[in-house]
Order: sequence, then C-alpha cells, then structure tokens
Amino acid sequence: MIAGDEDILNLKQTCFRQGKFALTANFEVSKGARIAIIGPSGGGKSTLLHGISGFLKPTTGQVLWEGEPMSDHPGERPLSILFQDHNLFPHLCVADNIAVGINPNMRLSEEQILLAKNALDQVGLSEKAADFPRDLSGGQRGRVGLARILLRKRPLILLDEPFSALGPALKDEMLELLSQILDLTEASALMVTHDTNDAIRFGDQAILVAEGLAHEPQEIQSLFSNPPPALKEYIGDRA
Amino acid sequence: MAGSVIAISLRLIFGGAVITALLTFSFGTAAVVALRGHGFGPLLPTDLSAIRFTLWQALVSAFLSVSVAIPVARALSRQSFFGRRALITLLGAPFILPVLVGVLGLLSVFGRSGWISELLLFFGLGRLSIYGASGVILAHVFFNLPLATRFILQGWSGVPAERFRLTDSLGANSWSRFLLIEWPMLRGVLPGAFVLIFLLCLTSFTVALAVGGGPKGTTIELAIYQAFRFEFNLGKAASLATIQFGLCGIVALLAFLVPLPKVGDIGLDRLAHQFGARKHRRLDIIWISGAAGFLILPLSAILFRGLGGILSLPGQVFSASITSLLIALISTGVCIFLALGLSLSIAYSRLNTQKIVEGISVLGLSTSPLVVGTGLFLMIFPFVNPASLAIPVTAFVNAMMAMPFALRVLIPAVRDIYNEYLHLRLSLNMGRGIWLMRIVFPRLRRPVGFSAGLVAALSMGDFGVIALFASPDLQTLPLILYRLMGSYQMDQAAAVSVVLVAQSLFLFWIFDRGGRGHTES
Repeated sequence: MIAGDEDILNLKQTCFRQGKFALTANFEVSKGARIAIIGPSGGGKSTLLHGISGFLKPTTGQVLWEGEPMSDHPGERPLSILFQDHNLFPHLCVADNIAVGINPNMRLSEEQILLAKNALDQVGLSEKAADFPRDLSGGQRGRVGLARILLRKRPLILLDEPFSALGPALKDEMLELLSQILDLTEASALMVTHDTNDAIRFGDQAILVAEGLAHEPQEIQSLFSNPPPALKEYIGDRA
Repeated sequence: MAGSVIAISLRLIFGGAVITALLTFSFGTAAVVALRGHGFGPLLPTDLSAIRFTLWQALVSAFLSVSVAIPVARALSRQSFFGRRALITLLGAPFILPVLVGVLGLLSVFGRSGWISELLLFFGLGRLSIYGASGVILAHVFFNLPLATRFILQGWSGVPAERFRLTDSLGANSWSRFLLIEWPMLRGVLPGAFVLIFLLCLTSFTVALAVGGGPKGTTIELAIYQAFRFEFNLGKAASLATIQFGLCGIVALLAFLVPLPKVGDIGLDRLAHQFGARKHRRLDIIWISGAAGFLILPLSAILFRGLGGILSLPGQVFSASITSLLIALISTGVCIFLALGLSLSIAYSRLNTQKIVEGISVLGLSTSPLVVGTGLFLMIFPFVNPASLAIPVTAFVNAMMAMPFALRVLIPAVRDIYNEYLHLRLSLNMGRGIWLMRIVFPRLRRPVGFSAGLVAALSMGDFGVIALFASPDLQTLPLILYRLMGSYQMDQAAAVSVVLVAQSLFLFWIFDRGGRGHTES
C-alpha cells in the first residue's frame, strides 16, 4: 500500500465461481494506482476482471466502490474495459465506435460530438473517423479503443491483455498512450499481462493471481526482486 | 517421377469426370428437355398461374420461416432449460425426415380430421382444411423453420463473448443491444437463409403433390408431373421444365451474391449470451414451446397413430422396405465413391475449395428433381421402357441429388488433412499408399460416416423422380405411403411412416456410428 492514498475499490472477502473454479480476493485499490495483474494461465486473472466489472457476481463478500456496493449492472459501474480482441464493432465506423462509449444508441449532443472528435485527435486518428475497423491496422484499432476510454472518463480502467498481439515497438507506443490517458483522466487501472517487462513498465504495483487466490497489491519492484514461490515458478529464471 | 505424373493425371481425369457428371446431371437433363425435337407445348392460363403460385408460396414460406425463426433463435440462444440440447438436435431432424411423413404428421394435427379440427369441433367451431396454398406453406414452414432457426442460432454463437461483455459494460439497453449485436449478425445470416429456403421451396415437389393441387395450389413441379403423368403431354412438360430451370437459375445466381449459411453443429448447444434472459423469460418460453410444439406434435401424431398398426401391415410393406433399403445403399455407395474421389482429386489443386463447395451446393439446390426426371425420361424413353429402369435411375438420381451435401462435408475434411499433414508426409518421404491408407482414410472415417448416413437417410425417404418413373407394381416405402395417403388410409399410412422413419434413422445411425469408431482422435 502506498500510504496516504484513499482506497476507491475494495474487494471484501470476495469469492467468485466460474463452473468448478473459484477465486478468492481480498484487497483494496487506491486512487490513481496502476496495477499489473500477473500469474499463470488458469490462475484466475480473467475471473478477477470479470468479478470487478460485474459479469460475475461474488458468491460471498462484496465489491465496494468508495465504500458503497457497486451496481449489479456492468453498464452502471464506474469503469471502462479493454479486451485483447473484439473491442470494436465491425459494422460501425470509427466515430460511432467511439460514440457508443457515451451513448450506446450513438445519438450524441453537439457537445458530445466535439468531445468525441477531441478524443480521436488525442490518439492521432482524426483522419480515420469514417473508416471501418477492417480498414485499420492492429495498432490503430488499439488507439480507437483507447480513445473510447478517454472519452468515457471512468475512474477505473480494466485491461485484459489489450496489446499482447502487437509487436514490441507498437506495444510500447500503446503503453505510452495509455499512460498519457491515465494521467489525463486520473483514473486507476488494472492490467492483465503475461509480459513481466510490460508489468514493470506499466505498473507501480502488481497483483499476483495464482491457484484461485488473488494476492494483495504489492510494490512491483520489491515483488519481483523477492518473488514468492508461485511467482517464481511462473516467471522462471527471467526475473 | 513418372508414377506421380500418372497419378496426377488420373486424379484430374477422375475429378473432371465427376464434375462433368454433376453438370450433365443438372444442365444436361435440362438441355435435353429444352432441345427435344418435338418442341415446346403451348402454356395455358393454368400454367401461368402455377408459375405465379410457385413464386408466391416460396416467398411467403421463406419469409414466414425466417421471421419466426428470429425470436425462436433469440430465445434459444439465451435461455437455459431442461431438454435444450435435445431440442436443438431435434431442429436438425426435419432435414432427413421423409417429406411425406412430415406431411402426414401435419395432416394428423392440422388436417380436416386432425387433432386441432377435433378440438375446434368440440368447441362448436368448424374444421380446419390445409389442402391447397395454406397446406403447402404450412408444410414448407414446418420443414424450414428449424433450418432457419439453426442458421440464426449459428449466427448467435459466432458472436465473440467479448462483444457481449463490451455492450453490457457500455450500459446498452435492449434497443442498443439490437443495434450493436443482433442486427449486424442478422444482416450477415438472413439473406443467405432466406435465399436458401426460397430455393428449397421453389423446387419442392412432394409437398405440393401431397397437399397442393387445384387452381390455387399447383406449383410448376406439380404441373410438370401432371403434364407428364396424366396428360402425357411431353411438350408441355418440357416448356414447364425449362421455365422451372430458368427460375432456379436466376435464384441460384442470386444465391451466389449472398454468403450461404454454413451447415455445422459447433457450439450450437452452448448459451450464446444471457442478454435480457430473465426479463424476457416468459415471452421466450412462449416462442420456444410454440416452435417445439409445432415440430414435435406432428411427429408424435405419426407415432401415436402408426405404432399400433405396424404388426398388421401387409407383407408387401416388407418387400418394399427391402427395395427402399437397396436403393438407399446403392445411392450411398455411388454418392460417397464419387464425392470422396472428387474431394481427393482436388485436394492438391490450387483451386479455391470454398468457391467449389459453394458452387456445387447452389447447383445442387437449384436442380429440380422433376426437370432431371423429365430429362432422364426423355433420354431413356427411345431405347427402353423407363419403368423397367425405375430402381437404378432412382438410386442414381438420389446419389446425385445428395452429392452436394456429401461434398460440403468431405471437401473441407480432405482439404484440412492435406493442409495439416502434407508437409509432414513430404518430410517423412511417405509413399502414396501409406499416406492414403494410414493417414487420410482413418482421419476421414468420421466425415465419411456422417455424410454416408445423411445420403442414405435422404435417399431412403426421397419421393421425387420415382413418382415419374414408377409403374404400379413397383413398391418402395415412400411409394406405398403415397398411395395409402392418396386413398385416405391414414392409419396404415402412419404405420408405414413409422417403418420408413425407423429405417432411415437406423441407416443414418449405423453409418454415423461406424464413422465414429471406437477410438476418438
């Protein structure tokens, strides 16, 4: 924990079940934190994100936002999500794909249209507003997703390996852009990643998720310099 | 090296021969019909009304099937309930259900003396009548609603899970969910489903023969049959057949422009999403039980009426079932041999297999059995009495008509094996014989078994060309069934139906089971 910060997200003795798999989580996330979620496949990383975003209801415990229980409807939770794939609707142009971020019916007020244009500007895609996802490169699609996040201005951002299909240079570029957006919106972010370098570059903290347990967020440098057995096994000799 | 050159040219010859046979079968018979020396007979106003009716009923049937399938598929894609998997499997049944059996079942429920009429009578209301246009459309919806439902269900299961989550997390309401997910999915699936069902209804003969007829219920196919069988007016049959072929050709061209839905089972039985599952549960239950009832009631009516009468069926049913079995086995053998040969011979080629499969499918669907029958009749008739060749001709026609279905399964299966293992074969320097016997054939066992089952069941229940060729002393199960229905011996007809369905399902099961083998790989 970084002292002095207020907690915004609180998973209080929660347990999430998906079929036979169960994940326990009990931790807080402080305002403005950038947390990498790491751990082996099947350990529960995605389950954790689904639980926070509301696709999974906890079987025990509570997910609190600023001390209050969060809505059951994912759409009413104060957060935005970016997946690895399928972040864009293939039948909508770039402008509409961003517009769904503030109104899923895509009817925007003039002021909102301006905001959407601005967001597109910020990610450097103002020329592409009328293009369709199929005409964009992987990096450009990632930018559209980030523009939507920027526009939505939610205080919590969840990222499920969003850039893992991109090449190293492009990935760096996206992480940089993400970091700018987080600075701009002052949002907290949780990002699932398999790449320890990405984790270190992105986060100041890390949550280790392994064998159905989400550990408390820890200072990322100290976690890697002194890894617990589960992390050691996961990263091997590369730490 | 010389050996492989010979092998390649053998492959080319074989593949070319099969494709030529397919083309001759569909275009050649039509050409014979069109080019026959005696010329075309003039068309009467009744023939023009048959053309109008054919187009109209196909439009209405396709429209009804597809538009009812949308809410049914939506309900099935999000509601979980006991028997869901069984119901989805059952949706595939009308495809191999002999048409006459389906019609008999519908008559038992919706006909003049069917269950619903009895119920209406009990409440002092009149009887239903489904002969004519309403019967044709009812039967077409019965056969095609399940098909359309499966296509749309396939569309639902093709939507990535992330897209549902994303839409949810954006706080979408029902309308924006429709805009963001359902509408784009339907836009991809519906045109193909509609054209496919339209084509099937355009070339459907048995339904029109069984419940159609009269000035407001005669399709072109039926008119060809009548011109042929009752008036023996070959000129008129030829004119009608040419028109039918032209219509099918136009629709087939149309079908090329839209992507046809894939036939597959993958992922159909998992829940695609749970959007509004709780909120719309009641409405969904109404749609699901309505569709299930519409499907299951006629089938159970047959079972209910026919099961008791099986043992008292006359001995001719037994010999007819042997004849039907024989026809089914011959056409399965011919069909699988040719289809497998074609699939293997184009496996190495650079041809776009996707396009070939689509082309053959469209060709097969737009081939009218009555046009083919008329053409074959005209070809054979100068030399021998066509009735004496009824069995081989029927077996051959069934094989050719079922070929597109077999090819749709086999061509991709063979192509996959070659794509996956060909480099391995070359690097191991594996000989051709071992390659085929140890790698290709064992891996093809399952798709071959499945498609053989499909062909056998289709051939067993088919009642198309045989109606043109049959002499009164020829007995097959569909022929006996048709004659019993024609003389309103519905209980005996139901008993024959049970035998026919049992035999078709048994054949399908044997082949499919044989394909699965005892090892899963």
